[in-house]
Amino acid sequence: MSKSVGKSVTRVDAYEKVTGRAKYMDDLCDRSALLVKICHSTIAHGFVKSIDTTAAEAIPGVVRVLTCFDVPDIPFPTAGHPWSTDPDHQDVADRLLLNRHVRYYGDEVAVVIAENEVAAAQGVRALKVEYEELPFVLDVQKAMEPDAPQIHEEYPGNILKHTDIRKGDYEKARQEPGLIRIEGWYDTPTVQHCHIENHGCYAYMEAGRIVVVSSTQIPHIVRRVVGQALGIPWGKVRLVKPYIGGGFGNKQDALYEPLCAWCSTMVGGRLVKLECSREETFVSNRVRHAIRTHIISYVRPDGTLVARKFEAFSNQGAYASHGHGVVAKGMGAFPQLYPCENVECDCWSVFTNRPAAGAMRGYGIPQAMWAGECHIDDICNRLGMEPVEFRRKNLMPVGYQDAFSKNELYSDTFCQCMEKGMEVLGYPEKYRAYRNQTGPVRRGVGVAVFWYNTAVWPISLESSSCRMVVNQDGSLQFQTGETEIGQGCDTAYSQMVADAVGIPLEDVHVISTQDTDVTPFGTGAYASRQTYIGGFSIMQTAKALRERILNIAHDQTRMPVSNLDLVDGRIVRKSDGRVLKSLGELATEALYSMENSRHITAETTAQIKSNAYSFGCSFAEVEVDIPMCKVTLLNLVNVHDCGTLINPALAEAQVHGGMSMGIGYGLSEQLLFDEKTGRPLNNNLLDYKLSTIMDHPRLEARFVENPEPTSPYGTKALGEPPACSPAPAIRNAILHATGVAVDSCPITPHVLYEKFKAAGLLED
Amino acid sequence: MENHVIQYQTVHFNLNGKDTERTVDVRASLTDMLREDYRMTSVKKGCEVGECGACTVLIDGKAFNSCIYLAVWAEGKNIRTLEGLLGPNGELSDIQQAFVDEAAIQCGFCTPGFVLTAVEILESGQEYTDEELRKLLSGHLCRCTGYENILRAVKTTMYRRLGKPMPAE
Repeated sequence: MSKSVGKSVTRVDAYEKVTGRAKYMDDLCDRSALLVKICHSTIAHGFVKSIDTTAAEAIPGVVRVLTCFDVPDIPFPTAGHPWSTDPDHQDVADRLLLNRHVRYYGDEVAVVIAENEVAAAQGVRALKVEYEELPFVLDVQKAMEPDAPQIHEEYPGNILKHTDIRKGDYEKARQEPGLIRIEGWYDTPTVQHCHIENHGCYAYMEAGRIVVVSSTQIPHIVRRVVGQALGIPWGKVRLVKPYIGGGFGNKQDALYEPLCAWCSTMVGGRLVKLECSREETFVSNRVRHAIRTHIISYVRPDGTLVARKFEAFSNQGAYASHGHGVVAKGMGAFPQLYPCENVECDCWSVFTNRPAAGAMRGYGIPQAMWAGECHIDDICNRLGMEPVEFRRKNLMPVGYQDAFSKNELYSDTFCQCMEKGMEVLGYPEKYRAYRNQTGPVRRGVGVAVFWYNTAVWPISLESSSCRMVVNQDGSLQFQTGETEIGQGCDTAYSQMVADAVGIPLEDVHVISTQDTDVTPFGTGAYASRQTYIGGFSIMQTAKALRERILNIAHDQTRMPVSNLDLVDGRIVRKSDGRVLKSLGELATEALYSMENSRHITAETTAQIKSNAYSFGCSFAEVEVDIPMCKVTLLNLVNVHDCGTLINPALAEAQVHGGMSMGIGYGLSEQLLFDEKTGRPLNNNLLDYKLSTIMDHPRLEARFVENPEPTSPYGTKALGEPPACSPAPAIRNAILHATGVAVDSCPITPHVLYEKFKAAGLLED
Repeated sequence: MENHVIQYQTVHFNLNGKDTERTVDVRASLTDMLREDYRMTSVKKGCEVGECGACTVLIDGKAFNSCIYLAVWAEGKNIRTLEGLLGPNGELSDIQQAFVDEAAIQCGFCTPGFVLTAVEILESGQEYTDEELRKLLSGHLCRCTGYENILRAVKTTMYRRLGKPMPAE
């Protein structure tokens, strides 16, 4: 049997995309659409007292102006989580379609619906909004102070949530004589996803229902949120997800779909389109949580971790969105990655008057790895231990099992990944060669590992459904609720389906578009879950389909099912290997049979109650120009154990993209805010320093393949992990080069100037 | 709106080898005209202010951000979009095929722009170093690929067209 899994087959959507024919949201929208433009607040915190719409309504082409005084009073949640039927586990419903109480500079206060873009934009400019301004707060710890402005009435102290982990006795253990205390504060910035296609959607009413076509990662979830936000039965909402131009977690939230749908209902169900500008995407969609982390470690001189304390303060911004799950995931990694008998961990998600933070590639792990892996090198620096040696000694051992998730480290993943990374970078030689450098330009090498777990079980539901429909020619359509967002899951799925059913790859037709009216339920692209989770429902549905096919083959050939097989799209008699007929012949005969017509289909739902660790590391080599305070990244290597590779070329490409995001996180990206007004200062692609092709060295992606025993295909997370460890690896390389430990990213010349000055490396 | 008298102008140009004309709002960008009037879906909008490169088209052989190029400036120009690269039976050009073969495509939104700048690079007939290629491609932003495979696709096609072997890396 020819196998597709494991081969670098061409993407199923490559031709459509490389010819520009692939249809994204705006390509599909009829040109008769009315355009919706949002009026955003120009204060960071306060109340809208009034909005004078007279001038806007007088503009030719303006059809309707709607304000925060018009919206239904139905708070709704936006997070792209599976819904929970347990009220205690439901996402926080703190949004209205438009807001009188504005909580960040860029909040939505009104919309103008117009016949064309110019009229809509003029309409927004013509609105006269009067505010009652309130004090605002941007810093996460200042927001926790007693006299801080209150952002949500129901959350005193602005604390959305606090959780902790306690293990052993930290206070007692740290009293052990002879321990070395290492303490650090580590900061990460607010960054944005910067998918090249901005979020947008369009909506219209049809037969009493609302149809929304959206650039989203999570169509089935957004359908539910639109229903909740509009206060209508969920069955009245149809959500369609076409090709999307990247998501990275921003589109794992209901963004403007509820508002757009409501606008359509307010103009008699006419077609309306809402497209975010780049500037709006930066501020009024979602951002990555800026997290400040405090770590104290008590270590024996031989490098044994005795007691550790971890505190993380997560800047939630103005609304709950994904909320506490992000920082909690990062905190969860802390006691697992370097197991220690005595641990105290606390984390807080805190509302501030910044843009709402949501999901972003890595979901709290890039922040946690920044803090945790910087801290590990601070320990090594203090003890005079080699960073790789320290990690070998202290990292999660083989056989480690987490009590809650039941995740287990089955293989010597960390050591294998670090071995490979060291070899590719030439780390041991460079580590020695770059010691004790002097002079203005120095080089260094650094390592960082990462912890990641696939999917969301047991925190939340894991379920996936798919449908296979056999055509008369023996090919089949494959549909699932899990979404292609650029990562390549449609291609991986086609390979998995081909093997599981027993048909050639070219006979699998993946339906890329999700349409909640016809697509089986699935929660969508997040948590690097889809290849792992989808694998279960593919395997299960293929088994059901094969049973049906072989039963029909028995009817048609009179051979017992036990002596029949489906191989490469042919019905084969197992005893002598003879091909009895093709699947196409079987399907045609079955469909058109005058006696017993059958359409061969299968659809099943798999609920998944397992999860899998997905680990790896980054190795970086830098050159630091000390007088210029400038870092040049010379080499970056990522090594991953994501189990068995389904498509090695696409896996490698996925890692490149994550590394790129990690480089930006480490060296250049941050969304800045004016301290005086809360106004975002660089919400565009010129001033926000997204890496260009000139900012990268050659990216080296490598794999260690230890098949994951809980997965039918031996696979586990790869989408998010590559973005988790590059930034601390770069930071640790700078430490190696200069002896200077940077504690906040991005490591810009401004940051290095202060650090180098303090270290006496700069002459006056 | 006395300050906003809409003016229209007819613009004559050559689009992917065919002479054509349209009457457009003088405020319209070339992106607007190509997307709205010609329904060219390869011309993408990523920022509309000339930062991301997704809307790139070739104007008289040179790559431009069509979002900051007025439609009326197309008068008398030869405009090429990705649609013009395909053969009569939908055959991919060598550079498009290289993007496919090198796994340089992910979400696909930046792809058309990159391919067109690559065409400009390749049509120069020159051999560029990696550093030069990086500089020439730096007007395009991509969040999916880390640019690695895109560079490889452009580089392999450059050497193929030059009839030279790819230097060992």
